[in-house]
Amino acid sequence: MLYELETTAGVKVPAGDVFQEENPAPRSERGLLDRRSFMMCALASGAALGVPGSATSSAQKQEDARFIVEAKFYQKLQDKKIKCKLCPRECTVGDRERGYCGVRENRGGTYYTLVHSRVCAAHVDPIEKKPLFHYLPGTVAFSIATAGCNVNCKFCQNWDISQARPEQVPSDYAPPQRIAELAKQYDCPTIAYTYSEPVVFSEFLMDTADAGHQAGVRSIVVSNGYIQQEALKAAYGKMDAVKIDLKSFSESYYRNVVTGQLKPVLETLVTLRKMGKWLEIVYLVLPTLNDSDAEFRNLAQWIKTNLGPDVPLHFTQYHPEYLLKNLPITPVATLERAKATADAEGLHYVYIGNVPGHLAQNTYCPQCRKLLVERVGFTASRMLIRKDGSCPFCKHPIPGIWHA
Amino acid sequence: MDAMHSASRRDFIRKCLSGALVLRAGAGAELLAEEGRAFAKSRVVVAHDPLLRGTGSTVDSQRIGTLLDRSMQALFRRDHPIEAWKMLVRPGDRVGLKVNALGGRGISTNLALVEAICERLQQAGIRAGDIVVWDRDSEELEHAGFHLAMGGSRVQCYGTERVDYAQDLSAYGSVGSRLSKILTERTNVLINLPVLKDHDGAGVTIGLKNMYGVIHNPNKYHPDGCNPYIADLNMLPEIRTRMRLTLCDATTAIYDGGPGYKPERSWKCNTLLVSQDPVALDFTGWQAIERKRAEKGLKTLEEENRAPHYIATAADPQHRLGTCDPKRISTVEV
Repeated sequence: MLYELETTAGVKVPAGDVFQEENPAPRSERGLLDRRSFMMCALASGAALGVPGSATSSAQKQEDARFIVEAKFYQKLQDKKIKCKLCPRECTVGDRERGYCGVRENRGGTYYTLVHSRVCAAHVDPIEKKPLFHYLPGTVAFSIATAGCNVNCKFCQNWDISQARPEQVPSDYAPPQRIAELAKQYDCPTIAYTYSEPVVFSEFLMDTADAGHQAGVRSIVVSNGYIQQEALKAAYGKMDAVKIDLKSFSESYYRNVVTGQLKPVLETLVTLRKMGKWLEIVYLVLPTLNDSDAEFRNLAQWIKTNLGPDVPLHFTQYHPEYLLKNLPITPVATLERAKATADAEGLHYVYIGNVPGHLAQNTYCPQCRKLLVERVGFTASRMLIRKDGSCPFCKHPIPGIWHA
Repeated sequence: MDAMHSASRRDFIRKCLSGALVLRAGAGAELLAEEGRAFAKSRVVVAHDPLLRGTGSTVDSQRIGTLLDRSMQALFRRDHPIEAWKMLVRPGDRVGLKVNALGGRGISTNLALVEAICERLQQAGIRAGDIVVWDRDSEELEHAGFHLAMGGSRVQCYGTERVDYAQDLSAYGSVGSRLSKILTERTNVLINLPVLKDHDGAGVTIGLKNMYGVIHNPNKYHPDGCNPYIADLNMLPEIRTRMRLTLCDATTAIYDGGPGYKPERSWKCNTLLVSQDPVALDFTGWQAIERKRAEKGLKTLEEENRAPHYIATAADPQHRLGTCDPKRISTVEV
């Protein structure tokens, strides 16, 4: 299921599974694939990412001071305890303990991130794979992740890194400047923070975004949006575009399937819109769990009212994984029903994802209905939107970041 | 032919019924039930030695061995301690001693106790090299005072990071985790050696919660007072089928401010709690902590909104890991 993506630099790198957006590759292959791809980048550049020999066993403890940086967004309490203020969970963490995410640790009353520059997956991906459809179509993103996540979705495609502690996952030292260099080297106009949950490596994300911007490389994040407002503004304020996984439009689903809460995610979406960030939303449709007409309708109405009709919404197909292997693949008819419902509510850009060849992965002008961006797999095969971001046929403005 | 088939079936059922006790006796589990009762009672031995430390502050290795023997003899009603251990293990078993080394030297499973258990196991016919003293992390074991050993014919001692976690997930209810390969590949018998501690999230941490050290993602299972996560975790067949005994080290215990070691909120309890019913043992340990809290003028865990509800969950009809009904627990003090 792998195909080769030819980057603008003419370097062929594996680009992941065409059927799985934001899953870097099938798990059985991914560790190897990611490492190969990652190390290929590093070795080709004439220097490893800072780990001579590089191969590390997942069982080998990586207690390395280079990865450990004092965390932002926390509050000191009595008895050497701290309260994490990064995500709405607000873990109270005792000395020598970690928060729910497993990547932030209290050491003597000071809270540390254990994953700064600790990259466990790196890949050159098409931007359509994130998916971001209204952001530099046809380009690639240097995509990175560390271990850890602040929720525990029962359907997680990347659970082997997202639900692991950093020392359980082979990782390499890749500081922000190095990431920016590699992105430049591989003609990636964008660095993407993705695969696991970037909220939990916010400090690394912020520093890397700064390094990237200094080198002329943009940053985008693929996130669950489960983050406190202060951290959101500080961290995602540095992003050029944001894709939020809105897992459902129901609190009970968030509680039972995601182990999180819906309300803070909705607040994140509103804040991002107010901040003027380019925003797209993905809704992974799980048969029987979040696929009712009412939920689709409520979701679309909320988006239109609170974010406006121009925010792209992607309904994507579920493939059984992790703790929900008992569910079937989402029927295409269900995705089409979801799109029809959202279209009827007045959203302008509703897509269907993870279904290769489906016409609903193309962008059409909401006014003249003509095809503007044609996509095949994860590539944009035709892109007609004008430099000023308008439809070439009727001049209707098409929102997005279309040209570098 | 039909008659013969019918007879065999009847015979088979009769044998099954009469053999039910024998099947459970393989692990000495018949002693879970008090003899002659309509409803089985779970036996929890509370073994105490006020002179465990002599005149000093360190646990006396000879006295802890004697206390261990008394507790095992009482639990299994045997005249000789080794006979009690032989109810649990047999030659050829590979025995994992899951200690708790998170609390450093202050509040980890006592070294002298672990040494005494290793001795008794060998006297019961287990080869030294088939005994693994383990927890999640070798460095934490060393901080707690254990000497690492891997390979050779000595008693083994190392953390899971040396062998990794199983690749595949094990799942039950709310829990989906990768299990330590020490549990799944290196041992077929699990003896749980927790410590007795207050816990700021779970209420108390004793035997059931000590299994958090078996999985790769314990951080995911601390919300809601660890309920129902602890109960669900202990339902995993890899744990359940190996678990033979919980022997809680309460030589030093923490009544408040746990799970980290706080000397000012710990007490020299000089006690061992031993049972084959992990729920009954946790319930008994919880009550001991509550008594100490009352003695110190502290609120109950319920009043602090952190009662260990996971213990009742472990006993509910969906789990049936043991009992937390005081009427069905036989506490034996020795």
